[in-house]
Formats: sequence, structure tokens, C-alpha cells
Amino acid sequence: MASATHTITEEESQAHPMLDAMVVRFAGDSGDGMQLTGGQFTLSTALAGNDLATFPDFPAEIRAPQGTTFGVSAFQINFGSTAIETAGDQPDVLIAMNPAALKVNVNALREGGLIIVDEGEFSPRNLAKAGYDANPLEDGSLAKWNLVHFNISQLTLDAVKPFGLGNKEALRCKNMWTLGLALWMFDRERGPIIDWLKTKFAKAPELAEANIAALNAGHAYGETVEIGGQVHKHHIDAAPAEPGLYRTVTGAESLSLGLIAGAQLAGLPMFFGGYPITPASAILHHLSRLKEYGITTFQAEDEIAAICAAIGASYAGQLGVTSSSGPGIALKGEAMGLAIMTELPLVIVNSQRGGPSTGLPTKTEQSDLYQAVYGRNGDAPMPVIAARSPADAFDCAIEAVRIATRYMTPVMLLTDGYIANAAEPWKVPDMGGYEPFPVEFAEGSAMEPDNDQVMPYRRNADLARPWIKPGTPGPEHRIGGIEKQPGTGNIDYSPEAHAEMTRLRAAKVDGIAESIPEQEVCIGNWSGKLAVVGWGSTFGPIHQAVRRARMRGLDVSHIHIRHIAPMPRNMSVLLKGFERIIVPEMNTGQLKTVLRDQFLVDAKPLNKVSGHPFRIAEIEAAIEAALA
Amino acid sequence: MNDVTKITTAKDWASDQEVRWCPGCGDYAVLKAVQRTMPDLGVAREKTVFISGIGCSSRFPYYMASYGFHTIHGRACAVATGTKLANPELDVWIITGDGDALSIGGNHTMHLLRRNLDCQLLLFNNEIYGLTKGQYSPTSRVGTRTPSTPFGSVDRPANPCAFALGSGARFVARGIDVHKNLPDVLKAAHAHRGASFVEIYQNCVVYNDDVFAPFTDKSVAADKQLWLKPGEKMLYANGTKGLALDMEQHMLKVVDGDSDEVIVHNPKNRAVAHMLVEMPVASFPVALGVLYEDPAPTFDSAVIGQNAAASAGKKPDLQALVSKGQTWQVEKEPRAE
Repeated sequence: MASATHTITEEESQAHPMLDAMVVRFAGDSGDGMQLTGGQFTLSTALAGNDLATFPDFPAEIRAPQGTTFGVSAFQINFGSTAIETAGDQPDVLIAMNPAALKVNVNALREGGLIIVDEGEFSPRNLAKAGYDANPLEDGSLAKWNLVHFNISQLTLDAVKPFGLGNKEALRCKNMWTLGLALWMFDRERGPIIDWLKTKFAKAPELAEANIAALNAGHAYGETVEIGGQVHKHHIDAAPAEPGLYRTVTGAESLSLGLIAGAQLAGLPMFFGGYPITPASAILHHLSRLKEYGITTFQAEDEIAAICAAIGASYAGQLGVTSSSGPGIALKGEAMGLAIMTELPLVIVNSQRGGPSTGLPTKTEQSDLYQAVYGRNGDAPMPVIAARSPADAFDCAIEAVRIATRYMTPVMLLTDGYIANAAEPWKVPDMGGYEPFPVEFAEGSAMEPDNDQVMPYRRNADLARPWIKPGTPGPEHRIGGIEKQPGTGNIDYSPEAHAEMTRLRAAKVDGIAESIPEQEVCIGNWSGKLAVVGWGSTFGPIHQAVRRARMRGLDVSHIHIRHIAPMPRNMSVLLKGFERIIVPEMNTGQLKTVLRDQFLVDAKPLNKVSGHPFRIAEIEAAIEAALA
Repeated sequence: MNDVTKITTAKDWASDQEVRWCPGCGDYAVLKAVQRTMPDLGVAREKTVFISGIGCSSRFPYYMASYGFHTIHGRACAVATGTKLANPELDVWIITGDGDALSIGGNHTMHLLRRNLDCQLLLFNNEIYGLTKGQYSPTSRVGTRTPSTPFGSVDRPANPCAFALGSGARFVARGIDVHKNLPDVLKAAHAHRGASFVEIYQNCVVYNDDVFAPFTDKSVAADKQLWLKPGEKMLYANGTKGLALDMEQHMLKVVDGDSDEVIVHNPKNRAVAHMLVEMPVASFPVALGVLYEDPAPTFDSAVIGQNAAASAGKKPDLQALVSKGQTWQVEKEPRAE
């Protein structure tokens, strides 16, 4: 399971990992509702008790020209009765709603895999738009796969005829027909989806009825028609899971919930400053609906205003939070320095995407690690935490709030487009199990007893300064971005003051290592021939690859780093216990550089910058090569 | 608010920090005017926050004995927005300059004004970059010779009050650093609920000395300064001249003070306010005091109001929140036995 709640058993690690799993990819035009179809299929999969991981892959264009290859939107889901940690290397089933979707996705399909296409869309015009010279359904070019085609468009039109919809509206129900067929293929309940359609179309009951009719028709088609080939009922057992209440969650959802939980555990209202940017906007959307949790959301005029307003709110005693993606984080850089200098708590969320510049807005990458760790002017140390999966983002967000408020520092929380959009089952946490970390604002304690001198930069054992809210009578004081005198915080450019304050700012952040857990090994021995060290959303493919390699008797361990800065205090000793280290990253080798720099270890990079997550096989091959 | 706000004096508002502007700088006069005005406003030091950007004027908060935040270049408005939304009880003053508010921070100034955040924004306009040693600024006149424009600047200047009106400001006023009327302008700005935009002509004695002398010098002050008062005729030059509407050209014109045509200042008249801020200095006086004031709901009250309305009747329950959506129960591990 890609969540933190499941521990791999010995029995599971012996099993063939793909034996009880299935990878299905839905692909169609941007307007075909593939993400919606995938989302509902995910829900039914979760309700069936399978473990799962998803990978939504959609174009940057909202509505690219219909039928073109660059307008294709796809949703991949890997589900099974064993622990699932990635969206799957190769689909077993591809459902393609038009020629362009077939063309873009078919080569990802494993040999012998099943293709289901809507032949009604394979008109000469659509074939030409997709760049096909001949109809692939007829020319034998798909021979290495198992091809099944029928006229889904016409079957949908027939099914929704009684509801008197226009042709265009009626064809919009195609995705529900397809979903119906998929539900039949994998032995799923239709009930929850019918309920969902009724809620979704509550204001247009005829649309609800039409969609339900299409869903039922697709299901009945599977039930009654001899389609042949591999299209038969598959039943996949429920995956092992700890008993408890489960739901599906995307990274954007769980991260938002984690921020709320963190603010509540700190006893603070939250101020969230954001500016729309893909793929970070979903966090702003989630939080803006939850005002009853003491949340103020502010859509600012730009990225800079978003972080500055959050800093202004932290100054006034709320938990300031801002969120963006790489380009926006770049704009916030100077303000992060201000938060470091004024030592105010702040959480900065970066939902990474491919870069530089505008880069690949809807594709995933982990290439902002340098930016997070180093990307500011001056010596500007800042804690950095990275989430590894949608479910893990919840705990990471709480941890970010804890560090920010305890140490009076901005904290960078890294996630990425894959985590933000992907869904996985999540064991609903028992909030009673989280230790509160209530914030105490300073009042008279921030003043020297004998002369009433305000000491906004006097430090506690953690080297944190007091948080003094404006509105507090007595310790009125001024802060700013200029270098200051230790203790009083008065402007001080002297060499001694700058050297001492630089030292203190670094020592404070280094000291956070004392309050974070020691680094653990997720799978394998604590020393040996090879460690595969990762961070962020590469967790899934690394974990599976290491597990498979160990099943074949290879001496390899998986180390996953959540705390990028500062690193856990035992990291140096741990890494030096391995003969070789490889670091798979969706960038050109950023964590690798940090590890080499901090620990003088010979960490070797394994890089992928295609905008897509690693495949398990790619990492497996690297493990084999390293141990050959 | 505190039930009893302590009665203060100007001295109570001066911090223990040594003031470090150039001798003769107009900023000293503005600082004194603000420190003298604060006791008359009946506000508490602990509820008052001065927030500034970067520039000579932005050192201002260090010299006030209230709370203060010296932020980064151009961003005072953005920081102030977060501070005010987080605690609407605070009395927020933004201190900024022509470069800070109209060049690097122009975007934030515009949005603060259109949103109408309840605060006072004092823009110290000296038509020059002082702290960086004298480059021309977005308000410098064409032909200004500076280290970065040795042959004279070629770009047309921004007009701060016209910018403010264009951004949707509901309070626009002008003052002069050393003028005795400045405290009255500050009081009016403070009394206004919403974003109060005050342009203060401030003399930079080192890099742009006497740039405002054509209307601030004692010898011409009476003839070139029109101090506006609500409900009173727009008269200047000791009452010998006044402003009237040229109905053919649809613009303002100068007439004799005793003419029936002289118009009465109605601060709510936005169209006239636009004309007042755009008057060419050569043939018209400079309009000073409260040029425009027409209160509207403030951003902070709207945000707080919506937060309250959206939360009404809802009980925050974190456990319920995380348990939302379509859930399923796993009773026991499917293959535990």
C-alpha cells in the first residue's frame, strides 16, 4: 500500500507482485470525461477493498482541439489484492475512446494486453486528425495486443434515447457506458456510482437518469454479449489492510487536511495566501471551503503578495501558509528570506512540476530540491520536508506546522504534481492519537524585568525567539529584514552581530534534527552492499523494485528520506554502512549532490526527467547493474 | 479595543532608536507630524502597527514606539493585508515611497486600494530614489538628470493620486512634509474607514532638493496651493482666485475669487477629483487636503463577514472532517487467518 499504514509482511514480499494486480488505463479526448471516469472507477475499486494507486495524466490545455493527439487525457489505475505502491509500469488494459487516445497510449500497453476501443469514433476524419494513414482496427498493426472494438457511441445513443437529449449531450454519457463495462469486467457494485450521479445531477434529473441508463447499459453489455477475448469477469480479492475506516484521498486533499490538523494541534487560526498555479491550486480550493476551522483564504494579486500576506498574518499571530509550484516559489524567494530573518513561523508548500520556467505544468518532476534547500540570497537555512504519497502528505503537513511553530521558522513542504493529483486508500487517522503542540505567545516574558527592554530575539533552548503578537501591551517592538543585534533585535550591521546572527539562524535549523526521528531503513538491512536512497514520490517504484530484487536474493536496502533539511542525525553513519548508494530521482541528481556534499559518500544518480514517474523495472535494472 | 485607552503624548510615540535620516530631510517633519497626531487619535500604542517597505521613508517604523514591521521592497501593502485580516482590531499604517509603492510595489498598491483594506497608506513622494543614491523614480519629471539618467530621464512620470483614483481608492489626500496642515490630513485619513491614500510631498535635501519649491516655497505658497475643505468654495491666493468648471471644454478653469462660478468642494465627486489631481502645475494651483472621500465596505470586514457567515451553524470537528467522503470499513485483515 502506498500509505504509511501498511507494513509489508514476509508472505507478501514472497508473492509475485503483479500476480493479483491489474493496471487499467482510460484514455480519451480532454472533453470525454476520462478523469471523472477514472475517479469513479477508483472509488469503486477502493470500495471493493483493493489496494490501489492512480496516475492522472492530462494536457495543459483546458480544451485542446477535439480528436488531436495533444488533447488526449488519460487516467491509469493499478489495483490489486497485494500492496500497491505505483500506478503500474505497463497497463494490462487500455480503454481508448478515439483514434488519438489509441495512438498516444497503445505503446505503453504490455504485449498481449487488452485494447477496448469505441469504433464509432474511428471515422476517416478522426483517423486523419490522429495522424493515422490507415485504420489501425483493420490493418493488423495492433496484432500483438488483444483488440476488441464495438460502437460505444452508438450503444450509448441507443441507451439514452428515452431521455430526449440532443446528440451532443447524449454522447457525453459515453464515459458512463464505458465505466459500466469496466465495473462489470472487475465485478464491482454500481450502487455508489448511481448515488454519486444522482447527487451530481440533482438539478438536472434527466441527465442523472441518462447517465445511469448509460452506466447500466455498459454493464449489461458485458453481462449479455459474447465479446470474447480477455473481456471476461475478473475478480480481484481485497488487499490486506489494517482494520479500520478507510477513504480514498488525493495528495492535495490530504495535505490540506494535514494543514488544518496542524493548525488545530497548534491552537492557531490559519491564514492561507495563494495564487492560482497548476498543480497547486487544488489546495487553495480545498481550504477555501472550510472557513469554520478558523481558516482565512486569500487569493492574492501575485505569488509575492500571497507569501507576504501570509508573513503578515504570522506576524499578527496566525499560522501563515502559502502554496505554489516551482515558478511561483521562485517569486517568493525574497519573502522567504524575510521570514527567515524575522524568524516567523510559515509553511510554504511546493507542488513541484517539470521546469525550468513554465516547463511542464501538468507533468510531474522533483527538480525543485535545490531551490528548496539553497534557493535564497544570503545564508538562509530553512527546514525542508518531502511527502512521499497522497496519504503521507497529511502527516508531513502536521510535521511542517510543528516545526514552524516550535522553532519560529519558515518550513518548505515539498510535494509534486503526481502526489497532488493521484489518489490512494487512506486509513482515516484517529485525531486523538496526535499530540497537540499548543503555541504560547510571549507577553511580559519578552521583556527584561529590571528595565523593561523588549527582547524579541532572546532565544529559548531550541534557539527559537518569542512570538509576540501586535496588540500585546508592553512589549511593543519593531522587526524587519535588516541585520539585527542578538537579543534586542535593534538594527545592527556590526561584523560581530552579523556573524553571531548568521550562526544562530543556522544552529537553530540544525537543531531541529534533535526533534525529528532517526532515519530508518524501509526494507532491507541497515548495512550491506547497496542502498537505494530516495525522497518524495519515487517512494513507490523504489520500494517495489527493492522488494523484487530482495526476493531474488540481492543485498539491497531502501532508505526513504522525509526530512531533507536538516537530515536525521544518524544519516551519516547509516549511509556509510553501505558499499554502494544509488539515488533515483525525477531530476538530474539533486538529492545526490546534497548527500555527497553533506556526507562525502559516493552516491550515484539514477535520473528520469520525462514528466512521468519511474517504472519499477527501470529501478530494478539499475539495482541489478549496481550489483553486477 | 481596550476599554480605557491611555492618554498619550507625542513623546510616548517616539521609540528609543536614534533617527538616521540626512539632516534637513523632509522625513523628520513627517515623523514629527505623525507623532504629534497619534495622541489626538485616541489610539493605543499596542494596537498600532506601522508597516513599511524599503527606501528612506521605510525606516519610519523603527522610530515609532508602537509595533512595527520593516518588510521588503514594494511589499508593505501585501504584508499589511495579512496582518489586518489576521487581526482587524489593529490600526495599520503603511509607510512607503514613490519607488516602493509605484515602481516595484505598484501591483500591491493597486490591489490594496481596489480591495479597500482598512488602513492608512502614507506615500512619501520625493520624486527620487534616495537610499540607492539618487536614481530617478517613477514620479520624476521628464528630463531629470541622475546617475542612471545622465542625459535626463525620458519616460513620463506617474501621478500618485491619479493612480490611486484609477485603482479605485475611496480616500485620496495630499499633504506637504513641513506644512502645518499635515496633521489634519492624517486625522482625516485615520477617520476614514477603508484604504486612506495620502501622498506627502517630501523634500529630499540631498538628491532632489527643492523639487517642489515651485509650489511649496513661502513666496509662492499662497498662489500655488489650494487647500480643499468639504462644503467650502475652492478658493486660493487669499481668496482672490478660485476654480470653476469650464462647461465647454469639460475641464477646470481658474476664475476670480468672487466669481459665482467658483465651485464648492464635494469630496464625493469622483469626476472632479480626477480633474483636481491632474491639474497642470504651470497654470493651476496644486490641490491639497482631502481630494476625494466616499466610504465603501472594507475588504477586512467583507472577509471577516464571509468567514463568519460561511461558518455559521457549523461545528468544526476534525475527526468528522478527515472521515468525510465515501468511506469503507475494513473489519479484519482479509487474509489474516
